[in-house]
Amino acid sequence: MTRPENSCALVTGGSRGIGAAVCERLAADGWRVAVNFRSGAEDAERVARAIVDCGGHAEPIGADICDPAAAGELIERAGRLGPVTCLVNNAGIRADDLALSLSEEDWSAVLETNLSAAFRLTRLALRGMLRARFGRVVNIGSVIGPRANAGQANYAAAKAGLIAMGKTVAVEVARRGVTVNTVAPGLIETDMTRGLDGTLLGAIPARRAGTPHDVAACVAFLASEAAGYVNASTLFVDGGLSA
Amino acid sequence: MQDEMTDTTVTDVVTDALVGFGCEREEITRAATFESLDIDSLDLAELAQVIEERFGVVLKGSDVVTLKTLGDLIDLIVARA
Repeated sequence: MTRPENSCALVTGGSRGIGAAVCERLAADGWRVAVNFRSGAEDAERVARAIVDCGGHAEPIGADICDPAAAGELIERAGRLGPVTCLVNNAGIRADDLALSLSEEDWSAVLETNLSAAFRLTRLALRGMLRARFGRVVNIGSVIGPRANAGQANYAAAKAGLIAMGKTVAVEVARRGVTVNTVAPGLIETDMTRGLDGTLLGAIPARRAGTPHDVAACVAFLASEAAGYVNASTLFVDGGLSA
Repeated sequence: MQDEMTDTTVTDVVTDALVGFGCEREEITRAATFESLDIDSLDLAELAQVIEERFGVVLKGSDVVTLKTLGDLIDLIVARA
């Protein structure tokens, strides 16, 4: 299966951290990139500008993906760059607390952003992918979910849910040349992981945190034509943490 | 812009969609069964989206699961207009 000409990759939460690295890497692979952001307009513009300066195509698109109407508009706007045949469900939040004191609001907010919004966008993006007979959905999961981490019941549930959702959607659409895979990062140096327990480093066989570029390289592979037979899988990028 | 819905236009849209799914045009008749055309649940879900976009008629999986022939489907779409 060949990637359609001028294909667009939509990356949610593309303004910073892993999302920004994914945007840059996909652009380098020839994707037109829709850089979605919720609050980091300036960062998203910087990411898009860097891509354009390198001769690529990119556009920052602000949208709160938790709003169903905004999600629909986001897909439509991204489609103006080119057919959206790659969706990277990267946007995510954390609201940590021990389960005993985890509030309803923090439970719901994390599930909504990290899981429900990803499903909603996947459902919307699949329409075009099925017609194109080519599609790549890459969920950014986490080693947390398959593995426990005290204080992150909401995050773990959402990220484990992403893996499960991705596997099921994958088997539904595989025969149309569409793949749905999950990249599961371990400890990656980003704004979001700043402040996490430093003792975690000792548990990582590689004895170092990963970088957003480590994750972006795996996303780029799963988005590529070369990965057409890789489906419903979870690729851990964690320095061996999940072993 | 949605198309005017008549039995003919619905049949044309359904036929074109099924050809896109790989069905042979000459085998697409009102009497043809989904099974004989090798139309699966994903085909029907895609077809439902085409119908919604072209005619504004929403078909759910539960609507089509009991249908046997293309004629049944076309009649259902026209009846929902």
